Amino acid sequence: MEPAISVRGLRKSFGSTVVLDGLDLTVAEGTVYALLGPNGSGKTTTVDILSTLTPADAGEVRVAGHDVAQDPRAVRSAIAVTGQFTAVDNLLTGAENLRLVADLLHLGRREGHARAADLLERFDLVEAAGTSPSTYSGGMRRKLDLAMGLMGDPRVVFLDEPTTGLDPRSRRAVWDVVRGLVADGVTVLLTTQYLEEADQLADRIGVLDGGRLVAEGTAAELKRMVPGGSIRLQFADRRSLDAAVRVLRGATVDADALALEVPSDGGVRALKDVLARLDEAAVDVADLTVHQPDLDDVFLALTGRPTTDDPTHRKVTTP
Amino acid sequence: MTTLTWTVADSATMVRRNLKHALRYPSLTIIVAAMPIVFLLLFVYVFGGTLGAGLGGPSGGRAEYAEYLTPGLLVLAIAAAAQGTAISIAMDMTEGINSRFRTMSISRAAVLAGHVVGAVVQTMVGLALVVAAALLVGFRPDAGVVEWLAAAGFLALVSLALSWLSVAMGLATKTVEAASNVPMPLLLLPFFGSGFVPTDSMPAGLRWFAEHQPFTPIIETLRGLLTGTGIGSDGPVAVAWCVGLTVVGWLWARRNYENRPAR
Repeated sequence: MEPAISVRGLRKSFGSTVVLDGLDLTVAEGTVYALLGPNGSGKTTTVDILSTLTPADAGEVRVAGHDVAQDPRAVRSAIAVTGQFTAVDNLLTGAENLRLVADLLHLGRREGHARAADLLERFDLVEAAGTSPSTYSGGMRRKLDLAMGLMGDPRVVFLDEPTTGLDPRSRRAVWDVVRGLVADGVTVLLTTQYLEEADQLADRIGVLDGGRLVAEGTAAELKRMVPGGSIRLQFADRRSLDAAVRVLRGATVDADALALEVPSDGGVRALKDVLARLDEAAVDVADLTVHQPDLDDVFLALTGRPTTDDPTHRKVTTP
Repeated sequence: MTTLTWTVADSATMVRRNLKHALRYPSLTIIVAAMPIVFLLLFVYVFGGTLGAGLGGPSGGRAEYAEYLTPGLLVLAIAAAAQGTAISIAMDMTEGINSRFRTMSISRAAVLAGHVVGAVVQTMVGLALVVAAALLVGFRPDAGVVEWLAAAGFLALVSLALSWLSVAMGLATKTVEAASNVPMPLLLLPFFGSGFVPTDSMPAGLRWFAEHQPFTPIIETLRGLLTGTGIGSDGPVAVAWCVGLTVVGWLWARRNYENRPAR
């Protein structure tokens, strides 16, 4: 089966600035793919090209089985795009916005109204339907924007930083929408600078840096690529700690805390091995925690830079 | 459905959108009418006595000048409306909704046609207000029903031409401020034509320019339809200018819309 999105050797420059430098990307149908990268890494440009907004300089891009350059209309009728800036008409009401889209999709009056009512219900916008989106909260605007995109039953949905600037509750609401889409078999390509978001939603994650993918895989695969994982063992007394040190070479001892940190890739086999050795030496372990590197570590290791230089935008990792 | 019927249906949807905007925010329509009405009062009551006497007609004075002025003022009102159209499309392009239109499988001409047809309707409403004001200050046209209908149709044609031109200008500019400045020459051209004084009162070089720029035949044609002065070759020349400007504006607008960066 042809993938929902396939990109080969995509290049794009603006003036002398190279934004995309030979990007390759494949997204299987019915999956969520997250493009992860800092500001200026080419995320939005990628979405713009894949959604027919911007022409590519070179490379082949196929979306929903159609070539973006050769047959943009066929692509447009299969996709929905939600950009960083909400694509709603502030001079119309929420319901009128949805009906405008319905008219442009030639849905017919009855079906257009029915689908608009359905989406308003689904996105919890029924009460706000009669007022202008300029009075909405950021989360409501984003939901209306998404709802407008979904009027046409898209097969592929592009979400460019869909939760940037949203409060945690709205963010979760958007996540639920994305999960609902996937349940309906829709393919989703989302860009984000929030590592947690990629971790929560995506089947596969591509790390974009300098206009190309520097790594790709599931969240777990990416985390395993990075050294720095460890198993932390806590002991009840000094005697157990000393016994453990004797059987576990290369571990870091934290004598005051009666703890031992063993470097590990975080996999199950390594954990079993450590426990087996402690068992052989009849050492009792009071507590054990496995620390896996999070995507922040991954990003730092892959690009040599943290995800964002601006500390106010740094995401809070859930424990 | 064929592509053409889709384009027509999409255009109708876009026209409805623009008219809804105009109805909800009538200030723009009122501004379209307000500026020419202020000019009407200014020119009739402040300058009218002197300018009317200079026309050399049998009665002279204020009433005769109102007669002369009104057709030029209606064309000026269309030019002022065109400036408003350039501003509103430039503002609309900054709205995120336009990115949505571009990623939907709809005719791109429909987006522009919506603005143009909406602008023409809005302009015609504004012109009706200007005509009403002119009648109040003593404009007494001798046009019959046929002439009025012809004048209305002709005004719509002029408005169509200037709307396409101003949509193109609004799309060519990068900022809303620039969009409000670029159509400025359109507002000045009626003054450098037969809008406010007859061209034969002007010095030779200016007179040549006035007689060969599009606004003079347009104003003379309208003046002929409303007040019964001779139209002669001005009619076909004016229509040719309008058709020409419409085509140029349409092609230019389409090109600008295609080439405009996504965001």
